[in-house]
Amino acid sequence: MEVSRHWRLKEQRYSLVGETCEHCGVKLFPPRDVCLACEAPAKELYTFTGLGEVYSYTTVYDAPAGFEHQAPYTVALVKLEEGPLVTAQLTDVDKDTIQIGMPVEMVTRKLYTEGDEGTIVYGYKFRPSVSATA
Amino acid sequence: MSDTNGLMKPDRPVGIVGYGAYVPRYRIPATEIAKMWKGGEGGVPIKEKSVNGLDEDVVTMSIEAARNAMLRAGINPQEIRAVWVGSESHPYAVKPTSTIVAEAIGAVPNTQAADWEFACKAGTEAMQAAIGFVGSGMAHYALSIGMDTAQGRPGDALEYTAAAGGAAMLIGPAAEAVAIINGSYSFVTDTPDFWRRAKAQYPSHGDRFTGEPAYFAHVSGAAEMIMGALGRQPSDYTWAVFHQPNAKFPRRAAQQLGFTPEQINPGLLSPRIGNTYAGSTMIGLTAVLDIAQPGDRILIVSYGSGAGSDAFDFEVTERLAEVRDRATKTETYISRRTEIDYATYTRFRDKLKL
Repeated sequence: MEVSRHWRLKEQRYSLVGETCEHCGVKLFPPRDVCLACEAPAKELYTFTGLGEVYSYTTVYDAPAGFEHQAPYTVALVKLEEGPLVTAQLTDVDKDTIQIGMPVEMVTRKLYTEGDEGTIVYGYKFRPSVSATA
Repeated sequence: MSDTNGLMKPDRPVGIVGYGAYVPRYRIPATEIAKMWKGGEGGVPIKEKSVNGLDEDVVTMSIEAARNAMLRAGINPQEIRAVWVGSESHPYAVKPTSTIVAEAIGAVPNTQAADWEFACKAGTEAMQAAIGFVGSGMAHYALSIGMDTAQGRPGDALEYTAAAGGAAMLIGPAAEAVAIINGSYSFVTDTPDFWRRAKAQYPSHGDRFTGEPAYFAHVSGAAEMIMGALGRQPSDYTWAVFHQPNAKFPRRAAQQLGFTPEQINPGLLSPRIGNTYAGSTMIGLTAVLDIAQPGDRILIVSYGSGAGSDAFDFEVTERLAEVRDRATKTETYISRRTEIDYATYTRFRDKLKL
């Protein structure tokens, strides 16, 4: 059980809350409190738009413990429009249609459950943009 | 206290400030279920129903609908004073759905949060409570959600229709509304047409008892009472939405009350997505708001087994056209359709026990 760790990460997990550097404007995800570009303190919270594109991806067939029931699934490096690269599952997608450069948007989904009696852990995944077609 | 004929109307005028829908992408055709249990013979109550994916539940679906409502409302989530989620498929038996949704949309910590239950009308109850919260001045905004991933016992009549989806309604002052609420009415009796006991995995129902004494008595009762209290006729409404357990019941209720197919068709989603339970009437309303024009009057009547109906009378404002394109439309979600077979459905709905 890692209830406290999941609780500490809830803002970044549910809503892609990272940080912005007041000194040079670089956006950080996950939040690190120090700017990766200029090394100045960066503690101002910033909620990412959740829009980005697939930078690279792979399909997982032999899933780690807790994820067996989800296999096969795709994990991608997503390049957010503000800059950072985020690793996340793709969802609501047919793996044959995934392409590098494909526009995606963040959704909050179930990541996994801690057994039958533990907590349900929610967090970000990305799916092909639906709002773009609205 | 004045006699209002049972009409519930707040002192301070309120309305829907933002609305949002959500429907998962998966569909199982009713013929696929009939093939499994009936040899593919006989009629089916709808064309197909929506099914949530492996990583979706009432929390994730409520978050997406709430985000759509917030996009349309364009308000600061810190001004919300209530986040209420009505459902009969809350992921936890004990631990609120609503706090997770409130956290995800940035409404915490200065907000009320609660989960509501009343079979298929838990969402419209939350709307009525939100009207009271805003109408009394206790809150500027209150968010009410009806959302379900409904359970259907394999082989049961309800397996054809028990679906996943729903909607979120942000209630606020009438001056900011896309649709003003002229009043609401509730019609409730103890009628045992459908139930699920604690720890039972699937609900039970009274078969044909679910019709006349249950659905029709309450839906018609609530519709007639609200129209009587407001002095309206069916022809005064541009659109109407009645709870949709299948395709037949809402059509028949509409006909008995004197509504035309043209009035109910835009909000009649059950043939294509099934019965989204607590989400059913509310998502029908979102489909109507996606096309309605200023001045249009809308009647909606929910139904929850056990049993009761909540009716609402709305009038669309000029602001609707300004905000509706800010979020994904209901039809876009319904058109985003991936057909699955019965085997995949059993996996997605956790009916396979390993």
